[in-house]
Amino acid sequence: MASDQPAKNRPEPSAPPAPPSAGVVLDDVAIQRALMRIAHEIVERNEELARLYLVGIPNGGVPLARQIAQNLREIAGVDVTVGVLDTTLYRDDRLTRGIRPRLRRTEMPSAVDDRLVILVDDVASTGRTIRAAMDALMDFGRPRAVQVVALVDRGHRELPIKIDYVGKNIPTQRTDHVELRERAGGEGMEVVLMQGRGAPS
Amino acid sequence: MMGRGLLAIEDLEREDIELILDTAFHMKEVGQREVKKVPTLRGRTIINLFFESSTRTRTSFEIAGKRLSADVVNFSPSSSSLTKKESILDTAKTLDAMDPDAVVVRHSVAGVPKQIADELAAPVINAGDGAHEHPTQALLDLMTVVEEKGRIDGLTVTIIGDIAHSRVARSNIYAFTKMGAEVRVAGPPTMMPAQVETLGVKSFRSLREALDGADVVMALRIQLERLAGALFPSVREYSATFGLDRAKLRYAKDDAIVMHPGPVNRGVELSHDLANRRPGVILDQVRNGVALRMAVLYLLAGRKRGAEGEVD
Repeated sequence: MASDQPAKNRPEPSAPPAPPSAGVVLDDVAIQRALMRIAHEIVERNEELARLYLVGIPNGGVPLARQIAQNLREIAGVDVTVGVLDTTLYRDDRLTRGIRPRLRRTEMPSAVDDRLVILVDDVASTGRTIRAAMDALMDFGRPRAVQVVALVDRGHRELPIKIDYVGKNIPTQRTDHVELRERAGGEGMEVVLMQGRGAPS
Repeated sequence: MMGRGLLAIEDLEREDIELILDTAFHMKEVGQREVKKVPTLRGRTIINLFFESSTRTRTSFEIAGKRLSADVVNFSPSSSSLTKKESILDTAKTLDAMDPDAVVVRHSVAGVPKQIADELAAPVINAGDGAHEHPTQALLDLMTVVEEKGRIDGLTVTIIGDIAHSRVARSNIYAFTKMGAEVRVAGPPTMMPAQVETLGVKSFRSLREALDGADVVMALRIQLERLAGALFPSVREYSATFGLDRAKLRYAKDDAIVMHPGPVNRGVELSHDLANRRPGVILDQVRNGVALRMAVLYLLAGRKRGAEGEVD
């Protein structure tokens, strides 16, 4: 993606002023490196790569899943199916709060039966998104196994959910907000942490 | 505005309509899955309160609620036992005590859903009230047109038939004008409301002029059982003047689509060949009806009072 950009662009003095306590915790180079390492780990840990099915959880998980698929093509020569799975309709904590989040797209290009599905999320925390994604996935069929990628694991798990491939563990306060976003100017991605800006999700 | 229910398109902002349509297109994808059901409204109760019978609309709401995992209860008091306003409100209060999360109301008298909404804590969705409005029908029509044409803005939409007594026409006039279409209406003078232009439409006596350059042609159902003989001399004359067939459709654009809220009186509003045309836009309207009603239930059901201001 933007790995050919000169490193002098960081810390990006020309970018719009970030909120007071926002800090970049993963820049684009670190993200690309983590996604390449994760691709290698996937190859190492799984035998039947032809049965792989990467499923990105919108919005952040979708570009990450695509990049991992591209990395797998480069290092192992496999063409991996990539799907998109919105979890909103499977959440257990949204309706009770009286809010109606906008739905996002779901595109599952082929059946998940007997496939090795790897869910890809940007920021893992309570585990509720992953739980919802697993429920949604089961309505599409019966995968042989399900594994999980998270670019960032910030802790605060509320469910017995294990992340199989972690880009980076980042200790946070519950009240912090961590998000993957496009860098100003659209050149690559970055993960930012804003203190005291929101609850984990 | 959305929030306390969906009573009329007239109350909606363009942004509300866009949110409902966007949600409906996502819901349509759910209907194409092998398991056509999501757990979103699990443990919620939706009451279909139909004072006027309508198998199609009621079934559509019922399927929509069930695909969201809600418990759907159909309550259809016989119209004879419930004609007084008092007993309608009594019924509403009784239902409210059962703590539903949404109530879908159809009644032959305009304004009844609003009266019921004023009594209930739960949001009320109007499924058609007299000659007033039928908001979900207009929204599913918008959805169908977006699918066929890719947009609403700038289209010319011609609505033909009994404009004065049609809630479908009223809701569609509001819906399409709010979304930026030019709306035309055509029908016999006895079926044209006085000062229909105040709704923002152009009215025509000549079907040919009304159809000239139209992208969307919507034929309304003639309520044969209610109107024949009262508002036009004969069904045959209506059909000859305002019934749509291939010959008359030539005045519209070549790629114009023909819509009808159903059920079609074949040979009256639409010729047999138009009613049977494949691929049928009219059946897409039915299909979209389920997705659209899922969207409305998702956005409204189970909202507690006072919880509207929260933001994600």
